[in-house]
Amino acid sequence: VKTDARVEDLLRQLAPQVLGVLVRRYGQFDAGEDAVQEALLAAAVQWPTEGAPDNPRGWLITVAARRLTDQVRSEVARRRREDAAAALISAAELLAPAPGDAQPTDHDDTLTLLFLCCHPALSAPSQIALTLRAVGGLTTAEIARAFLVPEATMAQRISRAKQSIKATGSSFRMPPEQERTDRLRVVLHVLYLIFNEGYTTTSGPELQRSELTGEAIRLTRAVHQLLPDDGEVAGLLALMLLTDSRRPARTREDRTLVPLAEQDRNRWNQKLIAEGIELITRTLARAPIGPYQLQAAIAAIHAEAARAEDTDWPQIVALYQVLERISPNPMVTLNHAVAVAMANGPQGGLQLLATLDADGRLDGHHRLDAVRAHLLEMAGDHAAARTSYQLAARRTTSLAEQRYLTARAARLTDDGH
Amino acid sequence: MKYMLLIYNNPATYEGWSEDERNALFGEVDVLMKELTESGELIGGEALADASNAKTVRVRDGVTATTDGPFAEAKEQLAGYLTVECESPERAVEIAARWPDAKYFAMEVRPVMDTSGTEM
Repeated sequence: VKTDARVEDLLRQLAPQVLGVLVRRYGQFDAGEDAVQEALLAAAVQWPTEGAPDNPRGWLITVAARRLTDQVRSEVARRRREDAAAALISAAELLAPAPGDAQPTDHDDTLTLLFLCCHPALSAPSQIALTLRAVGGLTTAEIARAFLVPEATMAQRISRAKQSIKATGSSFRMPPEQERTDRLRVVLHVLYLIFNEGYTTTSGPELQRSELTGEAIRLTRAVHQLLPDDGEVAGLLALMLLTDSRRPARTREDRTLVPLAEQDRNRWNQKLIAEGIELITRTLARAPIGPYQLQAAIAAIHAEAARAEDTDWPQIVALYQVLERISPNPMVTLNHAVAVAMANGPQGGLQLLATLDADGRLDGHHRLDAVRAHLLEMAGDHAAARTSYQLAARRTTSLAEQRYLTARAARLTDDGH
Repeated sequence: MKYMLLIYNNPATYEGWSEDERNALFGEVDVLMKELTESGELIGGEALADASNAKTVRVRDGVTATTDGPFAEAKEQLAGYLTVECESPERAVEIAARWPDAKYFAMEVRPVMDTSGTEM
């Protein structure tokens, strides 16, 4: 069914609100989530032809509640306990929208739902799938297409995720204050993963995947509106906006990847850049510093350079030093090495790579070989650079990266060095 | 990460087995497939007809030549594959080890390439 864009936007925006009301009223996240999906599908079919109802939110709540009662009734009937159904939900309650259904309540359930869907007991793929369905209002078929798996596989993942949540005994309320920081970090990580799934798409048959980028930004924006004072939420939103601004320039028409230094900066999205820079500048001035803010600040420096050679690399090195101190991980060191090479020459960068060799966590990872290849090429050691490019090309599991790395290796061979 | 688990065996070996033995083997496959379906890890898979049904196709100087039989002559042949998506290479190996052919022949675990990529 092809829904028109306006109806779809409205449905996606109402999805978490309707689910919130249902779970509050009937206390069943699992069945309630299925019922909301059915109501969304019914609306997607009916509204474009019959017109949206005057009170779309109340309509969805009524239809979803009816589906939920039907489900509960048939289940209860199967267990020969009809009287329990009557006790659970009175039919009269479903005839009209309950008071307040027409207007959004003063509290928004989006955050509570995100905490539940990103429960630490779930695996990352389950957190992602459930978030996109329950909070994002995407259908199982859409999520399956975006992740290139059969619909049955995705349906199974969502169903298992809901069972896992049930098994943890989690209730539909905000996590206790002392857990909230850690739980929010998980939510932000899930949103970041969704963004990256979309961003790394190289277009073509997986075009639908790129819609994940927009969905991640939409959800992060919603969290930012609910928690405007949280520096890391703002930092993540700014990072996404600034990264996404480069999307039109990061691939060529033949789907090959264009490295940052060679991108046509006229194709960067200036509207996203302006919003991202404004947001990160405002946030850095008043919030405690965090990893997403630092990464956004680095992205902002790239965005501010009109040409690659205008990039303020010393400033980027300084930011990576802070990032390595507060959030040490080998991928940060890898990017830090690139920045050091660009600021002070390849030898400093190669020395940092040596610490990664000793560390061992990136052993066999194609990105380590790829960065080494670039730095060796900068240093003029073309034979060693070629070997590293070839090694990286064999190790990556990305066709687009393999194509890029093989081409870099071949270019050094063709030069006759 | 998606992995393709390539199933290698020699059909002649199983031909010598009793029906009970063969049924037990299929039973193990059923149990594993059910588990992978329920865990949401199973992406797909196919069993291949015996390699005697294979045709090998070569194009040389624009001319297509087709010969009967598999590309690589070997006692062990590619009998089928399953595609799984799982959290680690260790888990992919664990699944491969549960496939009955691993006990008599071998399974090959290969990461599947994707077209996403990070510019460098």
